[in-house]
Order: sequence, then structure tokens, then C-alpha cells
Amino acid sequence: MTETLLKMRGVQIEGRSDETWNPIINGVDLTLARGEVLGLIGESGAGKSTLGLAAMGYTRDGVRVSGGSVEFDGIDLLAASAAVKRDLLGKRIAYVAQSAAASFNPAHRLIDQHVEGPTQHNVMSRAESEADGIELYRKLRLPNPDEIGFRYPHQVSGGQLQRAMTAMAMSCRPDLIVFDEPTTALDVTTQIEVLSAIRDIVEQFGTAAIYITHDLAVVAQMADRIKVLLRGDEVETADTRTMLNAPQKEYTKSLWAVRSFERPAKPAIATGAVPAISIQNVDAAYGTTPVLHDVSFDMHAGRTVAVVGESGSGKSTTARCITGLLPPKSGQILLDGEPLPLNYKKRSKDQLRQVQMIYQMADTALNPRMSIGKIIGRPVQFYLGLTGAEKRKRVDQLLEQIELDPAEYYNRLPSELSGGQKQRVGIARALAAEPKFIICDEVTSALDQLVAEGILRLLAKLQDELSLSYMFITHDLATVRAIADEVVVMKDGRVVEQGAKHDMFKPPHHPYTDLLLSSVPEMDPDWLSNLLEQRGVDNIGDAAVDKM
Amino acid sequence: MMIWILAALVGMGALAWGFRFAGQQVTGQKPVFRDMPFGVAYGYVLAGFAACCLVWAYYQGHSSDPLVANKFFFLRIGIEGFIIFAIAAWLFRLAGRNVGTAWTKKLFRAMPLTAAFGILIILIYAVLAIFAGALAPYGQEQIIPGVAANITPGGDPALGGNPDFPLGTDQIGRDILSRLIYGAQNTVGIAFATTLLAFFLGGAFGFLAATFGGWLDQILSRMVDVLMAIPSLIFALLLMTIASVWAPRLGVPLTVFMVVIIAVIDSTRVFRLSRAVGQNIVVMDYIEAAKLRGEGLGYLIFREILPNATAPLLAEFGLRFCFVFLTIAALSFLGVGIQPPLADWGTMVRDLSSFVNYAQFAPMAATAPLLAAGAIALLTVAVNFVVDWMLHKSSGLKE
Repeated sequence: MTETLLKMRGVQIEGRSDETWNPIINGVDLTLARGEVLGLIGESGAGKSTLGLAAMGYTRDGVRVSGGSVEFDGIDLLAASAAVKRDLLGKRIAYVAQSAAASFNPAHRLIDQHVEGPTQHNVMSRAESEADGIELYRKLRLPNPDEIGFRYPHQVSGGQLQRAMTAMAMSCRPDLIVFDEPTTALDVTTQIEVLSAIRDIVEQFGTAAIYITHDLAVVAQMADRIKVLLRGDEVETADTRTMLNAPQKEYTKSLWAVRSFERPAKPAIATGAVPAISIQNVDAAYGTTPVLHDVSFDMHAGRTVAVVGESGSGKSTTARCITGLLPPKSGQILLDGEPLPLNYKKRSKDQLRQVQMIYQMADTALNPRMSIGKIIGRPVQFYLGLTGAEKRKRVDQLLEQIELDPAEYYNRLPSELSGGQKQRVGIARALAAEPKFIICDEVTSALDQLVAEGILRLLAKLQDELSLSYMFITHDLATVRAIADEVVVMKDGRVVEQGAKHDMFKPPHHPYTDLLLSSVPEMDPDWLSNLLEQRGVDNIGDAAVDKM
Repeated sequence: MMIWILAALVGMGALAWGFRFAGQQVTGQKPVFRDMPFGVAYGYVLAGFAACCLVWAYYQGHSSDPLVANKFFFLRIGIEGFIIFAIAAWLFRLAGRNVGTAWTKKLFRAMPLTAAFGILIILIYAVLAIFAGALAPYGQEQIIPGVAANITPGGDPALGGNPDFPLGTDQIGRDILSRLIYGAQNTVGIAFATTLLAFFLGGAFGFLAATFGGWLDQILSRMVDVLMAIPSLIFALLLMTIASVWAPRLGVPLTVFMVVIIAVIDSTRVFRLSRAVGQNIVVMDYIEAAKLRGEGLGYLIFREILPNATAPLLAEFGLRFCFVFLTIAALSFLGVGIQPPLADWGTMVRDLSSFVNYAQFAPMAATAPLLAAGAIALLTVAVNFVVDWMLHKSSGLKE
């Protein structure tokens, strides 16, 4: 256990942009013993993935290692020839990518891709490797392990693909696996299955691993030690338990504190108050496939309704019904007690103004060829008729509201902004219309935790100032805890439970709500083990859902 | 013969191995040589061999024996032209880096040599086209009295040239240099107008189909399919024949008909592209946001979609311009395009084409038709270089 497997000393990595080399990693040390799991955490842009890849002696195009050493089991990876590396990678060092769906070749069956490594490296014959693959699928608790390998990547779900990828990484029984955010793209309930499967198999084979993630709760379950990175520098490294209970540095403490944001409970809604938006018995379908069944709930001014559920549960479809992009088959939508035309093309300018939307991916929600000033200025001019200096003044005001300096940002393009800043511009564009009601569609799910917290605080502040009503679509229950007043739980296009937040987080729950709630990782390193014990190992995830 | 080729290939294989081995020894196992696959080493040796062959052929072109020199004449001209153009482009870029505003200096600093070459050529053509009247020594339809027809280009009396007509005269005694300069005005100007019209038509309908979808998209797309199903040159030829009957009756110059006909035929390609690009943009969230804001169709197309489609449309513009250019030249060659006595490069190639037969023993005489063809080729290459560079810039690709 104490034998050192990987030793990185003073690793410096540079990336090329604008004709110069800019530092990405400024001299990081990393030591990994055999069978040890090291968690690598940090915001996006901290250099986690770059460092993880460098541990394999690999850099992406346009990136180079400019200093330091990487030594794997006595072999200097930076000086090793291509032939030596070819022999090591895949056989003794393996990699599991973030998006399994994008990393599998869609034209080949899973097992065909699985056997490639072992047969190339002459570890096993094809038949042996296939049998071994099926065995690994069984160990990773994939359904139908005997047959699943003979499917194509698009025929299995995301969580299953991620496990199949882990099996592939395991196929040569490597000494080291680099996991690059393997569960970030998954739902909470699926995440549990993948986490427990990865943890078991790593333990079983005594494989060392570098686990890269930005989710602290996840890393707490997986890692023996945690290393925190910030903009290419190491902040601190410590044992998981020490790190969680007594972080030393300010930055680490701030990462830990993110989860503590919670708004005070608001007084109950006065009876008889007219809701800002009321959805009544809405049924909707894409073509002939029914998606929503009898969905009804109200959203009041100055309050936030969080709509939670897994992907495919109909959250976003409900939003499309409210905006009028997908006219419901039956039922109606009331704005201040007045029915809205179901199709957005039939709504008046003022009705359109009242309902605004903030999108999940700020990248695709802002026109990349328009300056920030134009993006925010357009609704100001379109709805309020302001032009010239008046418009400029209003846009400056809005930029100040979202805490961006107008002088600096007015003329910038979206590509010159960070992810969090882009999302703020999206908020300003919605605010520019001076609406009553804003739909926030997973607005924080693409952001780092610190940035996401900033966005949530901003939304809360704006709500208090402007008495806005939010419909907050999310699958992250930590976000719900932070910002929601009321919660609506959806599954398969139906509302399974709804009520005030503090009631929802208290038992008794609908069994589905219970599953969702208990699947949210906590910062306790024993959480996953306890949970699995509670549920019984064979009864997690898919199985639990099916049984309801 | 086969034996020799095989032996040469094997010999080069041995050379390649030796080259890699020597590289490894001399540089002390630098990764470039250490990890070099055999195929790459072989490629280096092969390229070196080809370069040697070129150098040998170039010196053959300078041989004192005219029979040998004539064989390699065009290769020699090609290599010399390549070097001269490369130097000119380099000097042009150097000038651009040191003269002008801060913005143009910055532009030239990041410019590849190919783009500088393209811009230089386009500038030269533009100057020639605009000032054709002042630059050309004779008129385009002027048959100079007392001057023989078919004077060989080159101006060397020993080879049948005349120093007063450096590029010679054509079959009825008109100065080829003047006609080339006027040809830039006629051919390039008309091609540019035609391409613009094609883009206006194809782009407008393409984006309309992408934004609207449904039945409008169906109708437009099927109409375009029908147009595209007919071979374009034959279709253009057919329509031009009809137009040549109509033109005198309506009193409209035939050139106008030609511009419209080629524009409509070419706009089908532009339609397909802008529809496909537009469909990718229409599904973006910012378009949804604009729709939900209640924006009209005009705003959606011109403010939201068009700015995001400029890169692929620009690339297509460069390509389309060249195709239109070639179509006009082809139509003129077939006798229905730009009408004599107006100078047109396509017509010039056709009229003098029989001289190509002399290439083997009198290469200077054979260049007569090739001058106009070369003018077309040079512009085509230049436009594509510039478009490539613009695409690279707008896509933000790094090398």
C-alpha cells in the first residue's frame, strides 16, 4: 500500500493561445501509492483535467509540458518514447472520460470496443477478453450482463454507458485509472449506481485512481485523499476526513461553505391571492406521444417554485407549455387570473413581456455575434420603446443590477465572458422586459459551485427587490434547498407531490421523492456506504425506481 | 522498366531507414526522430527526391539546345512564376506590416503568405479592371492597321514577336495585352454581379425556408431540387439560346440575361447551403428567446441568423465566384456568353486555342491562349486563398 506508483514533481504545463504560451499548471507535485484513490477538485479552468492527462504522459493539442517530471512505476513518462507509452496506455494506465456517450464509437458494439485493449496489448485472446468483459459487466451490476455488450452505444442509457466505460478501462487490469468527471452528466439517482460500481471495482482490484470532479460530496465518497487546485496551483492536500472536517485554507473553506446558502422561509400565501401564473389540468404531447398528464400548480408573486425530477420527467415540457412554444392539448394557463392564449404567436406583446425565460446553456442562449449592450438593449427597446441615451441608461442600470461594470462589459461579445457572467447577462435580458414571471431552466447546472451560488444569491436578491415569481427547473436538490419556497416533484409527466419546501424535506414522502432526496450526495465520507447498506446492494437505482 | 521502378522504391526505403537512423544519432535521440514512423521517413525521402527532379528539370529548361529547353519551357515558367509571386507576396506583406494604420498593421502581422498573395492578386485585378481604359495601350476592339495578325507573345523578333506588342496579337491583329486588361473589366465585373445576385436570391429564400419550415420549405426545396436535377451548363446554354432570340426584341442587352440566368442557376446551391446553416441556427436558444419576445421575421433573419451564418456563406461566396467565373468563360467559349467584339477571357481562350498544338516545338506561340486561361486560374486561386484565410480567422481556429 505504501509503494509509490505515480510521482509527479513540479509539473508545469502551458497552453498556446493568441500566439503565446500561457501557463495552465504552475508546478504541482502529486504522489500516488498503489491502490490509493486521489480526489482532484477545483473550479473549471483550474487545470484538473490537464493535470489528470499529464499523469498519463499525455497532453491535448496546443498544450505542452514545460517543466517537472512524471514518473510512473519507475518509468519517466515525459521522456518515454511513443512505443513505450503505447505499451503502457490502455494496459497499465487507463482513462474514463466525462461523457461516455461521446467517447464510445457509435458504429461498434460495446464488447467489440471492450476487447480492443486486451487483444491489442496481447493480454488475453478475444474469447477470453469477451468472457472477462461479461464478468466485469456483472461486477459493475449492469442489467443483463450477458447480453448488454452486444448492444450499440445508443441502445443503453447514460449511466450504463459510463459503467461500460469503466469496465473497458478495467479490461487490462491497469495499475492506474484516471476518472475525468465520470458522473457529472448524470442524474442523481443514476450517479449513485455509477459511484458505487466504480468504488467497488477499484477496491476489488486494488487499482490506484485519480478521481477528477468539481462535486465535493462525490469526491468525499470516492477518495482516500483530496487535492484542491485553483488556477493551476495546488491549494492544499489532505486526507479526506481531515480535509472535510478541518480545511486549512480560505479557498477550501469557501468551497465547503457553498452548500450552506439557504433563504429564510416566507410567510404562507394569503388565501384568495391570485397567482402570477396558474397551470390548470394541462395535458401535452409531442406529436402523438403524450408527455404531460393533468399537470396543475400555481406560482405566486415574490415566490419561487422549484420543479424537480429526473431528465424526461416533463419539467422542461411544462415550461414550453407556459411560454406557448408547445401549445397544450387541453387545460389552460392563467396570467394574473386571465387565461393566456395557448400559442405564443397569438399572445399580445404585453403578455409575452410578462413571461420571460433564462436558459440552461448560456452559450447557446446569447447570440455570439451581438455585444452585451445589444443583447440586453433589444428587449428594452422592443417592449419599452426606449432608444438612444435612455436605452443606454436603462441597460447600464440592468448591468449594475447583475453586478457587471457597464463601462467594461457594454461592448463585449459573449465569447469574452466567463460562464457565470454569461448566465448573468441572460438574467439581465429577462429582467429588461420587466416581467412578472421568470422561468429558470436549470440555470446553475452548467456552472461551478461557487459561481452557481453567486447566481442563486443574485436571483434571490432580485426577487426580493422586484417581487418576481420564479419557476425553477432543476434536478439538483441542493439548489432546491437553497432557493425554493415551494416544491413540485414530477415523474413521467405527472406531478407526484407538491407543497411548501420545509414540508417536502420532512418525511413522510412519496416513495419517488424519497429516492430523489436520499440520492443527493452528502459531505460525509460514509454516506454512500450507509445508504447502500440501507437500500440493500441489489436494490439501488433502476431497481428501486422499478419497484415503486 | 518495372524492375527499375521497384529497385528505386526499395532503394528509397533503405535511404529512409538510413535517414531516420542518422537523425537519431546526430540529434541524440530527439523525440522527432526517435518516434518517427517509417512511413514518415519514407515520405521525407520521397519529397526530397521529387524536389531534386524539379531542380534538374528546371536546369534542363535553361539548356542551350532548344529542343531540350522547349520540353521543359512551361515547367520553368511555372517555377519562376511561383518564386516571383512568393517574393512579391512576401514584400507586399512586409509593406503592409510597416505602412498603414495600427489596425491594418495588426492584420498583416497575423496574415499567412497565401492570403497576402491572394489579396495582392485581387488588388492588381481590381486596379486593372477599374483603370482599364487608361492602362491598356490599345482599344479592346481596335484592329491596328499595318500590324500582322498572330504575332507571337514574348516580343522576340527571332521567334516571330514584335517588341511593340509584348503579348502578341490575336487572329485579326488586336493587341492581346489590351484585350486581357479589358477582359478583367468585363469578365470579373459580370462574374461579381452575378455572384452577388445569386447570393441575394439563394440566401433570402434559404433563410426563409429555414425559419418558416413547413409547406414553404417543402415548396422551395422541391423547386430547387428540380432545378438542380438539370445539368447546369446545358441548362444555361439552352436558356441563353432562348434569350439570344428575346434580347434584340425586348431591347435588353444579352449580358443582362446571362447574369440573371447564371445567378438563378447558381442560387440553388446557395439556397441549399443557407437553408442547412439556417436550420442549425434556428434551433439555438437565442432564436427561441427572440421568437418568444415576439420579434418579426425580418429581425430574426437579418439580425439573429445572418450574422451567425457569415462564415460559411463567405466561404461559399469565394467558391461560387470562381464557378460563376468559369461558367461565364465556358459560355463565352461556346459562343453564347459575352459577345464579340467585347474582350472576354473565355472567348480569347477559344479563339486562340489551336495554338496549343505548337507547344512542343514553339512554346512561345502556344502561350497565346494560355495567357487568358492563366488569368482565370490566377484569380480563382487568389480568391480561394483569401476566403480560406477569412474562414480561419472567423472560426477562431488556432494552428
